[in-house]
Amino acid sequence: MEENKEKTIKVYIMGKEHQVPEGLTIMKAIEYAGYKLVRGAGCRAGFCGACATVYRKANEYKLRVALACQTLAEDGMYLTEIPFVPANKAKYELEKIKPSPNIILQSYPEVARCVACNTCTKSCPQDLKVMDYIQAMKRGDIARAAELSFDCVQCGLCAARCPAEIVHYHAAQLARRVYGKYLAKPSPNLEKRIKEIEEGKYDEEIKRLKSMGLEEMKKRYMEQQKNAEKEEA
Amino acid sequence: MELKEDEIAKREEFTRRVEELSGQNIFACYQCGRCSAGCPMVSKMDAIPSMIMRLLQFGDMRVLEKNTCWVCASCYTCDVRCPKGIDIAKVMEALRQIKLRTNINNIDIGKIEGIEELPQIALIANFRKNTG
Amino acid sequence: MDIPYFPGCSLKSNTRYFEDSAREFFAELGINLVELPEWNCCGTVYSLTTDDIMRHIASVRNLVHAQELGKKLGTNKLMTLCAMCYNTLAQVNALARSRPDDLKTANEFIDDLPDYEAQVEVVHALSYLNDNVSFEKIAKLAKRKLNGLRVAPYYGCLLVRPEHVKIDDREKPALMPKLFGLLGATVVDFPYSVECCGSYHTVNMKDVVVEKTRTIIASARENGADAIVLSCPLCEFNLDERQKDVRMKYPGFETMPVFYFTELLALAMGKKINMGAHYVSPENVLKKYGLV
Repeated sequence: MEENKEKTIKVYIMGKEHQVPEGLTIMKAIEYAGYKLVRGAGCRAGFCGACATVYRKANEYKLRVALACQTLAEDGMYLTEIPFVPANKAKYELEKIKPSPNIILQSYPEVARCVACNTCTKSCPQDLKVMDYIQAMKRGDIARAAELSFDCVQCGLCAARCPAEIVHYHAAQLARRVYGKYLAKPSPNLEKRIKEIEEGKYDEEIKRLKSMGLEEMKKRYMEQQKNAEKEEA
Repeated sequence: MELKEDEIAKREEFTRRVEELSGQNIFACYQCGRCSAGCPMVSKMDAIPSMIMRLLQFGDMRVLEKNTCWVCASCYTCDVRCPKGIDIAKVMEALRQIKLRTNINNIDIGKIEGIEELPQIALIANFRKNTG
Repeated sequence: MDIPYFPGCSLKSNTRYFEDSAREFFAELGINLVELPEWNCCGTVYSLTTDDIMRHIASVRNLVHAQELGKKLGTNKLMTLCAMCYNTLAQVNALARSRPDDLKTANEFIDDLPDYEAQVEVVHALSYLNDNVSFEKIAKLAKRKLNGLRVAPYYGCLLVRPEHVKIDDREKPALMPKLFGLLGATVVDFPYSVECCGSYHTVNMKDVVVEKTRTIIASARENGADAIVLSCPLCEFNLDERQKDVRMKYPGFETMPVFYFTELLALAMGKKINMGAHYVSPENVLKKYGLV
């Protein structure tokens, strides 16, 4: 019987050459090559930001970024994961903060050092407008900063490359918290729901779910999925 | 006081570096003192601007120990009054940058008193001059 | 008439009344300040070393936005109100025109925007009003006189220095005196009109600024002024809010209100002053001259 040879590609992981099957994500390629990812792997679904990767393509000076679990490995990729970026987190008490134009600068004064070089935006594997939200913070536009930073997965690449040594995602987290607590319109539905929970409206249902067996839960879940697909169609 | 050859070379290199970063001819200064006379911050300086220029003409690296370039407010008064057209504000910036480029900031941005009341414009301008 | 306008960070947050009064005033002249659709902080102070390109990038980005908006509006002007923004953008613009190699490097680095062609003209509102509108026309359109309000124009550093970007004479500036004279104010000349307020030293060398503020305000008062008029948010913070610190150190110190020039222009057009936006309330002074 003929051997079905898979096409392989060459990738360089931390400088060492490996042949890996084509069609793997960077993360799978790293594991295929024999590495065990202790840090640098998390949800494997593009949400947790653990697998931040920097790489260069053959014969290119450009430094590229990706989330290893979401990006296909390519022939000639010269890569490494950045499993951790040291980042200071300011201590603040959200209850005591008074929203003011320089509120972010009070906890993260380094944001004032931004020189608008746009390196952070170029380093974002989620294609967020990072420099724009930092600039919004500088300007005191908390709402815009919260909006633009919403999809951030805190992978750390922006902070690793910033010449002004800003930790973008921690500052953005403060912006989102201040926005949610002080600036966003309170949601009447949220308040209603919290009241219902406190009054015990959902206690029965939760008790039932908790005491349900695994088989019963699986059955109900599949039923619900089927119904949802029917509704969509 | 007689200087050894390697000391002279170091001094010449220092002045050359300041000239390179500032784009100014340090040796054009003829010590008229107008820069010092017009400087609004001169009363807080260890060494007045014209003295800094003189020390630089000798390549004296003690200028880096003076607080002059840090007290300087980049107001350009010295620039516009110098009869030889020397941009002394640029010389001050060169001295600041020589220090800052060794990765030593002039202030600790985490320890600013009364930061709650300071407008962004003040912080941004300050960090541009005092941090690298 | 539409003109591209760069506000800068302060005018969008803590000194919003500077922009608000400007818009009120310009509307009377039929001029619409069109804010750049995208912009970033200009950097506030121009980086003075010969080799620095990175710190000019912020301003080049803004000039590109101005360039692109200007193409749509049919003008190459970029209007500014904040003196620091004016100075930084104007100096970077001058650099872009005189050092094409540096401009090329900057353009290549900014790979998400069109190239800057160095054709934008950065103008401060005062020079625009003088060159393109005329102070006499403004005086004719004024709805009320300033009733002899004794005001001392304070220019600070960045409107009159360095030479190649100044908007007025660097020792005896004449634009604000002429403008407010025509509008019926009594313009007071005093020796500290172009003296540095201490600028960014207000962050870590507060005492320097406290002394400067005291000297400047006291001199204005000695020469008969009841108010200061200026164009820079940092000067305004130092000369207005810092009067609190001056009073703490010198208990006999008499405070003086500080206006942005656009506030007085809006006042001359019959608009109201935003009293609460000031630290030293201008109410008494305005009442004294029947301007409330």
